[in-house]
Amino acid sequence: MAARLAGKTMSEAAEPEMPTHALNAGKPAAPMVRLSAVSKSYWRGGEQLTVLNNLSLEVAAGDFIALMGPSGSGKSTLLNLVAGIDRADTGQVEVAGVDLATLDEGALADWRAANVGFIFQFYNLLPVLNAIENVELPLLLTGLHADARRTRARQVLGLVGLADRLDHRPGELSGGQQQRVAIARAVVADPRLIVADEPTGDLDRAAGADVLALLGRLNEGLGTTILMVTHDQHAARAARRVLTLDKGVLVDSAGG
Amino acid sequence: MGLLARLLLRNLLRHRLRTLLTGLGIVIAVLAFGLLRSLVDAFHAGADAASATRLITRNAVSLTVGLPITHRDRIRQIPGVTRVGMARWFGGVYVDGRRFFPQFAIDPANYLSLYPEYELSAEHYAAFLRDRNCAIVGRQLAVRFGWSLGDTIPLKGTFYPGEWRFRLCGVFRGATPVADEGQMFLHFSLLNERLRQEDHPRKDQVGVYVVGIEDASRAASIAMLIDSQFRNSRAETLTETERAFHLSFLEMASTIMLVIEGVSWIVLLVVLIVMANALAMTVRERRSEYATLKALGFGPRHLVALIAGESLLLATTAGALGCLLLLPVAARVGLAVQDFLPLLTVHPQTLLQGMLAAIGVGCVAVIWPIWYVLRVPVTAALRSSD
Ligand SMILES: Nc1ncnc2c1ncn2[C@@H]1O[C@H](COP(=O)(O)OP(=O)(O)OP(=O)(O)O)[C@@H](O)[C@H]1O
Ligand SMILES: [Mg+2]
Repeated sequence: MAARLAGKTMSEAAEPEMPTHALNAGKPAAPMVRLSAVSKSYWRGGEQLTVLNNLSLEVAAGDFIALMGPSGSGKSTLLNLVAGIDRADTGQVEVAGVDLATLDEGALADWRAANVGFIFQFYNLLPVLNAIENVELPLLLTGLHADARRTRARQVLGLVGLADRLDHRPGELSGGQQQRVAIARAVVADPRLIVADEPTGDLDRAAGADVLALLGRLNEGLGTTILMVTHDQHAARAARRVLTLDKGVLVDSAGG
Repeated sequence: MGLLARLLLRNLLRHRLRTLLTGLGIVIAVLAFGLLRSLVDAFHAGADAASATRLITRNAVSLTVGLPITHRDRIRQIPGVTRVGMARWFGGVYVDGRRFFPQFAIDPANYLSLYPEYELSAEHYAAFLRDRNCAIVGRQLAVRFGWSLGDTIPLKGTFYPGEWRFRLCGVFRGATPVADEGQMFLHFSLLNERLRQEDHPRKDQVGVYVVGIEDASRAASIAMLIDSQFRNSRAETLTETERAFHLSFLEMASTIMLVIEGVSWIVLLVVLIVMANALAMTVRERRSEYATLKALGFGPRHLVALIAGESLLLATTAGALGCLLLLPVAARVGLAVQDFLPLLTVHPQTLLQGMLAAIGVGCVAVIWPIWYVLRVPVTAALRSSD
């Protein structure tokens, strides 16, 4: 991963006129995510609640998926399984060729640090750290040393249009700006996969559009695979593909 | 400073008031702990200072009942005994009746040679022996009342009524830190003579005999020999090593000491609970932050370092402050209680104990918060912002 980080992929993304790579929607790519017959249920008050029911799904590398569906249909649950922060009851979750069930907690954490970028609905920035420090945080888990981390974080914040907000704390930023910091944090370690759970859910239309445009550029420029949960048809349009989940089953899918 | 260190420090300063109050609790607890320990130490210092080659013979009935002066020659003849000194509690009060310090009537030559730790220059010693109206005092006492040689020290008798006037002929120094410099010695013969003139019921009586022995290992058998000499007499004796004597003297206070020692631990327990509660509150508030760190791939090592680091930084800083304050505070308290506990000092090991206690509090208080944070599910990061 250090090699990928050391590369110039992000700076390429900063310049839209640079040719995109890693993704060519026309060509079949190796699947980034493969779910086979995955089931997940919760026990509540002695009653079993099946959230995901024998679900299978493939997401190609470089794809940008919008996951939709009614509240309680299991979207977040599915996202958590793919991101390696929750485990399936049965079935197999494979991401970038790794069967997540084979990793113990520690290995899974290391795997997340190396492979997954998270974007949360409520940004989840650490309030006592300023923007650049928040973005730098995931780099602590890489082999980069302090100067390189700083440089990298500054670069990525520039990419999301916050070059002039480096030392602002989250409390001093708007919701849209906070989410852009969060996006910078999600991509700073150059993950293969970005999961976003309603990233625009707490933003107004304009700020939401900024965030979606950024995600689109990441997907196009870097070929980062993105899995985004959203309630918003507008937001879903930013994706290449929309999947709809209902009562734990994928009901249909359409091109984005 | 590293990013994690900055995060730790800013987290600590996030709720300034809470951190301040918790830290203050630790400061006060360490202070109280150290002070109470020092009080107990001062109580035992008398016994610690006691010599193993000195026996104390007193009346078997009670310390308040004297022994006849005639016992002295019989004790001296017992094999193994080198010297016999006499001491008698005088119990006078100085000036306004509120300034107390211990005074003993002694037979100077014998008594002082049994207590080499009271260092008196040859001139002062000679002056003291020469004149029975003379008294000598410890250096600390002389400083306290601003006495200098030749001054007259008026005492109002309590056991032995009347006005007593002594001339200050010498000042002794304590050769060891625990040798009490807060006492005054006067001539037994002067006191006894006056009691004889008045035909006082307590004439010709000695408070205790201090018995010097050749060989500390024979203390027990010599003590038994002395007591057997006077068995079935009108004044039976009880002889112990000086150390045992001090301890038995302390026995009445030992229950209080036990309580004080208990309180010193309770103080720590209370601050432990206060700190554990503050930390528990803190980690609950930051639940989604810890979940976020976990999602980003931070493992137990980092989380434990963050939480325990915060707790220990606070505990050690506050503990050090408490130890630092202990010295001047103990000095002030020492002044206030010097009449009763002349040896109140803060031992280095008390400071060490206070510091270790603070660190211990920091370690124990953080156990539950660590357990809590390690159990926060990563999915908690996704649920809400707070
Ligand atoms: N930890 C849990 N314990 C018990 N039940 C849970 C847990 N997490 C989710 N559920 C239940 O599983 C179901 C699916 O939840 P999930 O969060 O995946 O839904 P969602 O599609 O993301 O809904 P929303 O759009 O409201 O976010 C819901 O009925 C929810 O109550
Ligand atoms: Mg959800």
